[in-house]
Amino acid sequence: MNYVVRFVAGGLIVSAFAILGDVLRPKSFAGLFAAAPSIALATLTMATYKEGSAYVSIEGRSMILGAVALSLYCVVVCQLHMRFRFSAVTATGSSLVLWLVMALGFKQILIG
Amino acid sequence: MIVHAKFSALGESRWYEYLVRFVLGGLTTMVAGVVADLYGPQMGGLFLAFPAIFCASATLIEKHERQRKKERGVAGQRRGTDAAALDASGAALGGIGLAAFALAVWLLAPEYGLASLVIGSIAWILVSVTGWRLHQEIRHSR
Repeated sequence: MNYVVRFVAGGLIVSAFAILGDVLRPKSFAGLFAAAPSIALATLTMATYKEGSAYVSIEGRSMILGAVALSLYCVVVCQLHMRFRFSAVTATGSSLVLWLVMALGFKQILIG
Repeated sequence: MIVHAKFSALGESRWYEYLVRFVLGGLTTMVAGVVADLYGPQMGGLFLAFPAIFCASATLIEKHERQRKKERGVAGQRRGTDAAALDASGAALGGIGLAAFALAVWLLAPEYGLASLVIGSIAWILVSVTGWRLHQEIRHSR
């Protein structure tokens, strides 16, 4: 049941931010909403009730590293588009491994 | 450059594209929860910034831009890729804002609980928009 609520809440919040991103112009500004805290808002709201604030705080600390990895990932994707004319599917898909390596690497180095 | 809303853009998306984003958003939220349940909050927190939604959005933006050009009788491959690149540059700045959100949650959640998410969201929008404005200023001053 918990996962069903997560699924619905996550889907709704992500859709709301995606619609904002669709509507807003210029495109570089709309891009800000592709990195909105949509998944985090759904997950951390539920975690606050279920696990408590200390647990949420620990998730927040790790999320900083995930977000830095996301930002660098987006820079790489942008360069793949501009310099090598990669399609969106190829650029975003092939770079996912890079996000994972950076996020796990940062965590290992800075948190342990 | 002035920020504005173009509501006619909503008509460019098909119903199943909204459904795909809803399902993808739901699945990513579920997976982030499963990772936290299995490996603890330190690992789960990383996946709160997983770029799954960004991948879907970028693909749709490229597709819509290509379609728009095709309707005008122009080959839109290049414009589609350029639009995806612009979206990615904005998302890179949004990622810095997301780190500000997470920083606020990390520092404030123990004392303020749910209110830390509200403060974090304000931090996200302030840092993201300020970063975007600075980026625009630098680009135009060159």
